[in-house]
This record gives sequence, C-alpha cells and structure tokens, in this order.
Amino acid sequence: MRWTIEDTPERAAFREQVRGWLRENLPAGWADAIESGDADKLDQARKSWDFFGWSRTIGMSGYGAPLWPKEYGGLSGEPWMQNITREELARYRLPTVGLNILGVGLAGPTLIAHGNEEQKKRYLQKILTSEEVWCQLFSEPGSGSDLASAGARATRSNGEYIINGQKVWTSIAQMSHFGMLLARTDPDVPKHDGLSYFIVDMKSPGVDIRPLKQITGSSEFNEVYFNDVRIPAENLVGVEGDGWRVARTTLMNERVALSGLSLDSAAFAGGTRKDPWALFVDSIPNREDGRVRQFIAKSYVEKEVKEITQFRANMARMSGAQPGPEGGVTKVYNAEFNKWRSNGIMNANGPAAVAWDHGDSDSENRAHAFLRARANSIEGGTSEILRTQMGERILGLPREPEVDKGIPWKEIKRS
Amino acid sequence: MSTFGFTEEQNELRSTAARFLEEKSSSADVRRLMETSEGFDEATWKQIADLGWTGMAIPEEYGGVGFGFVELTVLMEEMGKKLFCAPYFSSVILATNAILNAGTEDQKKELLPGIADGTTRAALAFVEPSGKWEVDSAEVTANGGKISGTKSYVVDGATANLLIVSAKSGNGISLYVVDPDAEGVTRTALQTLDMTRKQAKIEFNNTPAKLLGEEGAGTAALQKTLEQAACLLSAEMVGGAQACLDASTTYAKERYQFGRPIGSFQAIKHKCANMLMEVEMARSAAYYAGWAAAEDPEELSLAASLAKAYCSDAFFHAAAENIQIHGGIGFTWEHDAHLYFRRAKSDEIYLGDATYHRELVAQKLGV
Repeated sequence: MRWTIEDTPERAAFREQVRGWLRENLPAGWADAIESGDADKLDQARKSWDFFGWSRTIGMSGYGAPLWPKEYGGLSGEPWMQNITREELARYRLPTVGLNILGVGLAGPTLIAHGNEEQKKRYLQKILTSEEVWCQLFSEPGSGSDLASAGARATRSNGEYIINGQKVWTSIAQMSHFGMLLARTDPDVPKHDGLSYFIVDMKSPGVDIRPLKQITGSSEFNEVYFNDVRIPAENLVGVEGDGWRVARTTLMNERVALSGLSLDSAAFAGGTRKDPWALFVDSIPNREDGRVRQFIAKSYVEKEVKEITQFRANMARMSGAQPGPEGGVTKVYNAEFNKWRSNGIMNANGPAAVAWDHGDSDSENRAHAFLRARANSIEGGTSEILRTQMGERILGLPREPEVDKGIPWKEIKRS
Repeated sequence: MSTFGFTEEQNELRSTAARFLEEKSSSADVRRLMETSEGFDEATWKQIADLGWTGMAIPEEYGGVGFGFVELTVLMEEMGKKLFCAPYFSSVILATNAILNAGTEDQKKELLPGIADGTTRAALAFVEPSGKWEVDSAEVTANGGKISGTKSYVVDGATANLLIVSAKSGNGISLYVVDPDAEGVTRTALQTLDMTRKQAKIEFNNTPAKLLGEEGAGTAALQKTLEQAACLLSAEMVGGAQACLDASTTYAKERYQFGRPIGSFQAIKHKCANMLMEVEMARSAAYYAGWAAAEDPEELSLAASLAKAYCSDAFFHAAAENIQIHGGIGFTWEHDAHLYFRRAKSDEIYLGDATYHRELVAQKLGV
C-alpha cells in the first residue's frame, strides 16, 4: 500500500509491538526471512508451520481481534489497531483471517453486540483460537434475498426450542462446532417480528448436513436439514422475536468481510512467492495486443481504486464500531470486478481457456475462478439487493411499496 | 466515506470554498458567464485571489500561500461541483506548475507573484491543431528568441495576459514566456462544447519569446506539469460527478410517476447506486493522485494516469445517467444537466481520455 499514512508515534509504537510479538511467536527463521526478503528461507520456515497451533497462539494473544473487549480475547482496541495488525500480518505473509472466518468475522461481532455475559464468556475466546469453528444458517431454499421471510421453525417447549426446517448455502458446515441460526418463533406476526436468533450445536441429533455440488463441480457449501433438533433456551441470542435485528449485525459484518476478499488476497494468504499482480500479468498472453493491454491496465486501475476505497472506508470506520451500509459499496464493486476480471482472463487466453490437456492445473484454476466468480454477486447479498440498500440507506431514496407489509408471515405468498 | 487523510485545515478550506461557490457560482452565474466571451467575472476572480486560492500552491517566497496539491485537490473538487467559471485550471494549475517545473529562480520570482495575486492570468499553450497530447509533438519552432507556428486548444488562451508556450529548436522542446500582446500573435476564440471553459487557437509569427528555464528541458518539465494537471482535473471531475449524483438523487425523490417517487423504482434506484459507487471510487482515485502529486514524485506519473482514466469514465457516466434520470426535463437547455454533460466530455478528452491513459498505465507498469 503506497498510500498508507505515516504512523503517529502512538501507532508506530503499536506497530513495533505487533512486530515484536510476531518475531517471538513465529517459527524460527520466519521473521528474518521476511525482513531480509529471503523467499527460500521463508519456504523453509513455512515447512515447520503448525497452522492449528498458530491459530491458537494468535487467538490467545489479542491480535486475532484487536477490536474485541480484552476480557473476551481482544485488545479493547481502536479500529486503527486492527488495521495495523492486519497490515503486519500481511507483511509477514500470514493469513489475516484464518479458518474461522465466519466465527471471527460474523459470530463474534454479533455476540459482542447482542449476546449475554454467559454467551460471551462461553464462546468468544474459543472462536478466536479456532478451537470452535462457526457456520452461518440463514438462507433457505424459499428465502434468499428476502431473508426475513425465513421459515425454519423454532417451537418453544419445556425450556428448549425444537427446530425443524432446511437451510442452504452453508459453508464449512461439516467442520463447524456451532452455527448462527435464524429461525421463526412466531408465524402469526409480520415477517420481521417473528424471528429469533440461536446458537446451535452442529453435533446435535437431527442435524443432517449434505454437501451441495455447485457450478464449479466442487462443494464448498451444504444443505443443512433440521429434524426435531433441540436447542437449550439459553442459546437464544437477544430476546425472542428480535432475531432480525441481531441478524442484521451479522449481515453488515458479512458485507465488510466479503468486500475485502479477492483473487489477490486468496493468493496472498496462500503465501505465494510472487506478488499477486505479477502473477496476474504473467497469466495473460499476447501482452503487446492493444485490447489485451487495455484489459490489463483497466484491471490495475479498478483494483487500485477498490483498495484505496477500502482503505478510506476503514479510516472512516475508525470512529464507529459497527459497519454501516457503506460496506455494500465495496462489496458490490468487488463482486462485479471479480466477475469482469475472471471473464477477461478467459477471453485473453483464447481457445486455451476452454480446452486443455488433462491435469493442466493453470487452466483448471483459471476455469474454476471464472465459474466461482459468478457467486460473488449472489453470496452475502446479491448486487441487486445491495444496490437497493445503497439507494435507500445512503442516498435516502424512498422504499418500494411492500406487498407483505403488516401481514402475518403465514399469510405471505412464498416460493 | 469522504475522509482520506485531510487535515482539519483542509476540511475547513473545503467548507469555506463550498460556501463561497454556493454564493458566487449559482446556475444563474454560470449561465451568465458562459455567454460572455471572457467567460469569467473580474470581481469574483479578485475575491478568490484575496482568499488566497490563486496562490494556494505557490511557495511563499514567490508570493503564494505555500500550500500544495492536496489543497488544490480540495478546491478543484469544489469548483467542479459548481462548474465555477474562472481561469483557474489554466492559470493556477497548468501555467503555474509549468513555471515552477521549468523556470529559473529569477523567473519564478518575476512571474509567480502576479499569478498569486490574481493580476496575471497565464495560459499554457502546449497542444497544436494535431490534437496530440504527447509533449514532444510540438511543431511550433523557436529560433533566435522568436517563435512561429500554431497552438490550439489553449484553455483561456484568448483572455490570458501571459502565455507559456512549448516550441522546438535544434536542442529539442523548450518552454517560452510570451506576451500575448507582442507582435505576430493572433488569438482566435474557439467554439467549445463546454461553454463554461473557453479555449483558443493562437498563431505566432516571429513572435518574441523568452526562454523559460533551460533550452531543451521542456519535455520533462511539461510532462510533469501535465501529470500534475491530470491529478487535479480528476479532482474537478469528482466534483462534477458528485453534483450529477446529487441532482439525480434529489430529482428521484421529488418526481412522481405512477403515484410514487421515481426513486422508489429499482431501475432508477440502481442507477443512482451505481453512480454512488463510481463517484466513491473516483474520489479514491483523485485523492490518491492528489496525495501522490503532493508527497511522492515517483508515484505521480502512474497515479495521474490511473486517476485520469477512472475519473474520466466515471464523470461521463454520471453526467449521462443524470440526463436519463431526469427524462424530458434533462434534455432541455433550461436544466443544468447538459452543462455537466458538456463539461464531462470536455474534461474526459482534455489531457487524454481513459483509453489513452490506460495504455499509459500499461506502459508505466512495464507491461
């Protein structure tokens, strides 16, 4: 980032503190390799790296979530501390978000905002150490963009809730210990008023996880079926009927988490030795062709303005704790950019983009990225829904007339 | 989302500028001035000189205020919002930086105080009828202290009282200081698509010209000047694009069809959301460019092309959508939408359009 702003003495001291901690806690030779720019040495150090051990170490240090309160494993820090920590993690070629991306990015902030003391004590620290991995149980086959119409039922009975229904598009469900579940406790009131938010133990009897094969041919997501799954009442987050408000905290944080993802950061987290931009340029043939040059240059321009905008948004967010609707701006832009660029890479490669020798992993990865990018403008809020939100919440444009307004959920027409 | 490393003083400058322009550059003011041949108001020009705007980035030893490109970025963005009619881009941005980049110490002391106090309105004559933006494409010749040939597309060239002209001699491209009233100068105003910014063709016939700085050093100095100007023109485009977004949003809330505001229809709402997204991205590009111009000489060239490429497309798109969202009224002369549309096309093309600058980006990245 060439447009970083010079640290104040306070910030410089914190940066030095993060570096000092990293030097002490990384495998032998790692920090030296980064600081001296020795790629071979870094590869060597990486071989002895225990990813799960590292997740626990950083999770116990406070640097895993500088914004979280100290008593729950954070630093009770200011937003700039999170920025500096992430910059330093990236500098030392470490993942800025680990395996428990949904736990740290979504569940944690939601519990901090809406959970009770017991819940915060019980869950937050283990989220940070990745000892307990989380998934998100929001979307349903009949409730995509209109998430507030979700129909999975939660029926109260003897100090428990009994869950029945189906969720879909759940990432990492198999390896998750807990899920954030949005379910309907009252079908007789309008849709937003009858939802509640639960913590569900994914190993509970009656939870049935089935991988969902997607257009790439692989299965990142699952369908999750609930058949009389029992959840103790203490796992209710917030109060019954207030689940939509709680879920919105999760959704706002999801947009922020997704707007930072790109092909580049994926390559970066994987610790590739070449910088992602150089890898991208190398993957494009015929670089003397004027049309190809326009594509490459436009990719650069769009990537840069996106990153600078994220940087500006981070700076603006430094004063407020919860992200607002402006996260949608970078989320939509990022989604459309990824789709546009992955498509352009295909065209630049001509026939080799659509037919290749078996086992040619470059071509396979290119095709996978092209297909995978289609989800970017669907997952975490479609670009259309987010544009509507930008229009209404940032620009203040009037809402569309709602035909389901004030009508009990059970009387609404649903797919 | 609009705080990107601005100091409190810079934010204060922005609000002062916004208030001043609100008062002095209303739609009626712009329409009155665009119909005149001078294209600006002498009294208002005097006032912005008194406010320090004309000497904003001129060092104090040359009579200026001694601020820099970030302050100019702020002012250009605010002026762009209101289509402020004044020879600011020509004199304070283009000509001033040419003098700062090329002039000797003595020449800076001689020429810059006049620009800073507003009495000099300088113009930079670097393009020719060929329309090429490359700085070494000059065909105007310099020989024995005289220049001959034709410059064109000179912003505020007909009204300037000082000209900085690029010309070639046996030693390459150099910049020259020319008195527009000197012998052999013929200035002809051009008809401009954007009536709020005047341009002229200037013919020189054995016109006396004083070398600015060293002979043959004009290419580098001019190159840097145009890169700095591209950064600031990008800021102006952000202001223009923001004004289009504001106008569209306001209209979409007020205009009723089918019994409801048109802004409640997704077709319109999403157009506005796309404009918002592009305006924010353009703002990032322009602020980055302004920062690079101020702080990082090595980054300037790439940042300038990046910003010019992005902001050109964003402003044009915003100005075009603004007409569409306004429908029939947006197509009338009476509505300001066309003034922004004209400015957008003119700014997009000036100093090279997006395609041109993307090719430069590719070159600068070593692709």
